[in-house]
Amino acid sequence: MKLLFIDLNHPAHYLNIGVLSISIGNLVMIASVVALFVLALVLPFPSHDEDKESGK
Amino acid sequence: MSEHKTMWTTRVRKATLEKYQPTDILPDQQPAYVSSWIYVAGVATIAAFVMLFASGLILTLEGPAWWHNSSTGHFINSIHLWSVELFFVFMVVHLWGKFWMAAWRGKRLMTWITGVVSFLASIITGFTGYLIQGNFDSQWIATQAKDGFNAMGIGAYFNALNTGQAMLLHVSLLPIVLGAIVVWHVILVRKRGVVPPIDSSIDEGKGGSK
Repeated sequence: MKLLFIDLNHPAHYLNIGVLSISIGNLVMIASVVALFVLALVLPFPSHDEDKESGK
Repeated sequence: MSEHKTMWTTRVRKATLEKYQPTDILPDQQPAYVSSWIYVAGVATIAAFVMLFASGLILTLEGPAWWHNSSTGHFINSIHLWSVELFFVFMVVHLWGKFWMAAWRGKRLMTWITGVVSFLASIITGFTGYLIQGNFDSQWIATQAKDGFNAMGIGAYFNALNTGQAMLLHVSLLPIVLGAIVVWHVILVRKRGVVPPIDSSIDEGKGGSK
């Protein structure tokens, strides 16, 4: 029975660069959090219409 | 009705109201600089914590056989898992944001410290949660952690293989500790206000609700 879009029924894939060894899953997770952090800084925040009307 | 000034309830009430004004604790407006997504990470962490707490209560009531063997149990178990994933994601974004804002400015040191302590308490709570899943994953984590704890000399005080102890820590003691620190953290945020951006013209100590 295959319920997932990604087949997880195998040992994790690892990225090895010198002494650095990290699983692809952990790397994707860390990259996602960094991306979320950057987006939180650069994306414009929606403003309330009532604030515009009252000139705040 | 006359006021009994010597009663401890009177003294606690007065001290609380002097220190924590209801208008500060439950404000209806926030400073303009709060209009940024980076300021949303904190409340998103709390929202995930509420979901964690609610789904955890249901799991506690129903038990491991239910969350392993029924479709509703799987669903609530998954909500608990994804809530903790989001809880840590939002908390890390919140931590990075506050670190680069130097959010301990303006007498907010205790706010920063309670945040750090709640982060550490969350890691311990998350760890005990992984220990009590009741599957091969939790067995693997427990045996690996046991070796780690023994290497650090902690094994004499905490045995990661003791599932009952991990279960009680996860569902009783740690949620109380973590919940209390989070409430304290939020009260301090309300009392001191949200920290203004660095180099803004606003007085650092007066970044509270307006």
